Amino acid sequence: MSLLAIDKLSIRYGDSLAVADIGFSIEKGESVGLVGESGSGKSQTALAVLGLLPATAAVGGSIRFDGQELLGADNRALEQLRATRIAIVFQDPMQALNPFVTIGAQLQRILLQHEIGAATDARNRVIDMLARVGLPDASRQYRAFPHELSGGMRQRAMIASALLAGPDLLIADEPTTALDVTVQAQILDLLEDIREDTSLLLITHDLGVVAGRCERMLVVENGRLVEQGLTREVFASPQHEHTTALIKAAPRLTDSGAPAAKRGEGVLAISGAEVRYRSKGGQVIPAVRDVSFSVSAGETVAVVGESGSGKSSLARAALGLVPMRAGRVVYCGDELAADLGDRSKATRRGMQLVFQDPAGSLNPQMQVAGIVGEPLQVHEASLTKPERRQRVAAMLGKTGLSDEFLERYPHELSGGQAQRVAIARALILEPKVLVCDEAVAALDGTVRKQILRLLRQVQEESGLAIIFITHDLAVVRAVSHRVLVMYLGRLVEMASNDALFGRPRHPYTRALLDAVPVPDPENAGGRTTVTGEVPSALQPPTGCAFHPRCPHAEDVCRAQRPVVTDHDGTLVSCHLATELASAHR
Amino acid sequence: MNRSMKVSGSILLGIVAVAFIGPLLSPHDYLQTNFDNLLQSPAIGGAHIFGTDDLGRDLFVRSMLGVQITILVAIVASVVSLLIGVTYGAIAGYLGGRVDAVMMRFVDTLYALPFIFFVILLMVAFERNFLLIFVAIGAINWLDMARIVRGQTLSLREREFVEAARLTGVSTARIVFRHIAPNLFGVVIVYVTLTIPQAILVESFLSFLGLGIQEPQTSLGALVDAGVNQMEGASWMLLIPAALLAVILLCFNFFGDAMRDAFDARDKK
Repeated sequence: MSLLAIDKLSIRYGDSLAVADIGFSIEKGESVGLVGESGSGKSQTALAVLGLLPATAAVGGSIRFDGQELLGADNRALEQLRATRIAIVFQDPMQALNPFVTIGAQLQRILLQHEIGAATDARNRVIDMLARVGLPDASRQYRAFPHELSGGMRQRAMIASALLAGPDLLIADEPTTALDVTVQAQILDLLEDIREDTSLLLITHDLGVVAGRCERMLVVENGRLVEQGLTREVFASPQHEHTTALIKAAPRLTDSGAPAAKRGEGVLAISGAEVRYRSKGGQVIPAVRDVSFSVSAGETVAVVGESGSGKSSLARAALGLVPMRAGRVVYCGDELAADLGDRSKATRRGMQLVFQDPAGSLNPQMQVAGIVGEPLQVHEASLTKPERRQRVAAMLGKTGLSDEFLERYPHELSGGQAQRVAIARALILEPKVLVCDEAVAALDGTVRKQILRLLRQVQEESGLAIIFITHDLAVVRAVSHRVLVMYLGRLVEMASNDALFGRPRHPYTRALLDAVPVPDPENAGGRTTVTGEVPSALQPPTGCAFHPRCPHAEDVCRAQRPVVTDHDGTLVSCHLATELASAHR
Repeated sequence: MNRSMKVSGSILLGIVAVAFIGPLLSPHDYLQTNFDNLLQSPAIGGAHIFGTDDLGRDLFVRSMLGVQITILVAIVASVVSLLIGVTYGAIAGYLGGRVDAVMMRFVDTLYALPFIFFVILLMVAFERNFLLIFVAIGAINWLDMARIVRGQTLSLREREFVEAARLTGVSTARIVFRHIAPNLFGVVIVYVTLTIPQAILVESFLSFLGLGIQEPQTSLGALVDAGVNQMEGASWMLLIPAALLAVILLCFNFFGDAMRDAFDARDKK
C-alpha cells in the first residue's frame, strides 16, 4: 500500500478550477518532485494533503494517507496527523516562525503539545535535532529568536521542527526559493541526508532542483497532471509537450550564451565606487567598496552576487538613486554628479532601469498608456496627445503588446505583460544604458526566456548597453558578454562569459557555479563546495572577505586583503589565483 | 457594497433628506416662540409631532435644523482636515529627512495642547461664530490625518514606480500629485468616513458645554443640552435629539467600517 495515494483530486474556487483530476501516489521512503509554473496548482495540492485549504475551496476526489481517507476527516484527526506523521516546510521561514518565541521553545512546544516522548527529555531532543540540521552551537541557538538567525539557518530550524516528530511524509514547498544559491545547495543536501526513510514531496518551479534530488517527478500544468515518471526517464524522453517546453526553458550553464557583442564605444564607466549606508543605530554599513567597471554600446555586463553583495547598490549609485561616497561615473565622456537631482535632463534620459517586481514598478492607479507615456511628457513636452499615444503604441508593439493594452491597469496584466510594460517605459526615451535589476527573477521559465529574447533583440537593433544585475548564474550565462562577480561589496572576479564559466578563477566563483542546480539528472550539479553563509557587512572578515568560507584559505588570506590582478584578461581578487589556476588545469 | 453599508447608508440619506426638506413643509419656524404652547408633548397627527420646547418652539423643526447644522459642521470639518492633513502629510512624507522631522514635531506639539483649552482660547480671542467651530474641529482632526498620510507616503515613496518616475526626471510636484496622492485615496476616504462621527461628537460636546452653536441657531448637541434642563418634566426634549444623534453616529460608524473592509479586500487582490 502506498504511503500517500491521491486519486481524482480537484479543487475549485467558485467558477475557477485550481486543480483538476490530479492522481499520484508516494511510496514509503521515496522522494518525489512536483514541478510546475506559478499558478499550476502545485501548492494547492500540498495544502489539500495537509487539510489546510481555505473554507472557500470545494475539494473533490480522494486523498488516502496510509490507508486513511483525509478528505472529510475531522479536524482533530487531521491535527494529530499533521503533528506526528505529515510535516511541511514552507518557502519563507520568517513567516512560519513566531518572532516572539525562541527557536528552542517553539520546537519544544511541538513535542510537549502532542506528548511525543518524555517531557523531561524534550529539551535535549530539540538540541539534538538542531545539531543534526547543522545549526552550529545548537545549545546556544536553542535560546535564539528567529530574527537572530540568517535565512539559511532559519530554514534549517524549520526543517528541524518538521522532522522533530519523526514524520512519515515531509512536504517541502519551494523550500529554497528565498535563499542564496550556495545556501540553497546546502539546504537541499541537508534534506536529502537527514530524511532517512521519510518520504519527501518536493514542490518547486526549478527543474534543476528536481533533477538532482528526486527519484520520481510529476509535472503539472494549469491544475492538471500532464506527466509523471522516473526523473531520469522524464528528462531523457519527455512525453508531454509542456514537459518538453519546461525542460527547454530551464536555464543551463552550458548554453552558448549571448551572441558576440557588436561592441561600440564605451558609454558608461564607473571607477572606485564606494557606497555606504547608515543603520538606525548610526553604524556605517559599507555596501560597495572600490568597484570599477565599464559598459560599451551593444554590450551586456552582468553583475552577479548573493544577497548583500552590493550588486544593486552599485547599479543604483551609477544611476544616481543612492549617493556615492567616492568614485566617478563617466557617461559618454562627461563626469556625472553623484546625486540624481544634479544631473542634466539628457543624461537622465540616457540611463533607465527595469525592476525586479513588475507589478510594484507600475503605478496601480495609472493606465498603461499613461505609465509608458509619462517619460515622453517630461522629455518631449511638445508632443501632442495623439502623437504621444502613437509613440506609446509603437513602443508597446515592439515589446510584443497590442494596442488593446493601452487602456489596461497594472492589475489586469500578467507578470510577463507587466514586465513588458516596464521595459517599454524604460526604452521609450531610447536610452543608451539600461539597468535590469533582477528583471526576470520573478518570472516563470518560459516568460523569462521571452523577456530575455526581447532585451537581446532591442540591443541588436539599437546598440543598447545593458547592465544585468542578478543572482541567477544561468541567466548570466544566457545573456551577458562580460560578468562581474561581487562578494560583500567587493569585486572578486571579472571575466568574459566564456572565460568565467569555462575557467572560473576565484574559489567563490567556482562555488557559485557548482551550486547551481542543472536540469540534467546525469550531471545535476547543485553541490556545494563552500560552507556557511555570507557574513554581515557590519563586521566583514579580515583580509580576504571570503576566507572563512573558502576551502583553500591560507594564512595570507586571513591577514591581507588581496588586490585585483589581471590573469589573461580576467580580473581576479585572490592571493592564490595563480596557484589555483594551475592546480585546476 | 455589503449589507451594513447599504442599510446604514440609506438610513443616513433618509435622515438627511428629511432634515433638509421637512422644515420647508412644516408650517412652523425654528425662531417662532409661542407662549401659549409651552412644553407640549409629542403627538403624531397633532400640530407638533415632536412637541414643543420650553419657549413653545416646534421641536421637529428645531431638531431638523440641529441635524442640518451637525452634519454640515461634520462634513466641512472633515473636508478641512482632509485638505490640510493630506497636503501636510504627503509633503512631510515625500520630502522626508529634516523637513519631515520639523513638520511632524510641529504636529506633536499641537497634539500636546489640551483641546478644550485651545477652543476656549479661540472663542475668547475671536468672536463666537460658525466658522470658528469648523476651524476648531478641523484643526484638531487634521493632525491624525497628517500622521496617517505621512506614514502611507513613506512606504509609497520607496515603491519602485516612484523610483522609476524620479529616474526619468518627473518633477517632485508631479510625483506627489500623480503617483503618491492617488494611491493614498483608499486610506484617506476610509479615514474621512471615520472622522465624520468624531467631528459630530466634538461639535455636540462643544455645544453641550455652551461653547458651540449659539441660540437661536441650534445643533443636536445644543438641543440635548436644553433637553437635560427639562429632563424631569419634558423628557422628549432630551430623548428626541439624543436618539437622532445616536442613530446618525451609529450609521456613520457602520458605514466607515464597511468602507474600510471594502478597501482592504481590494488591496488584497
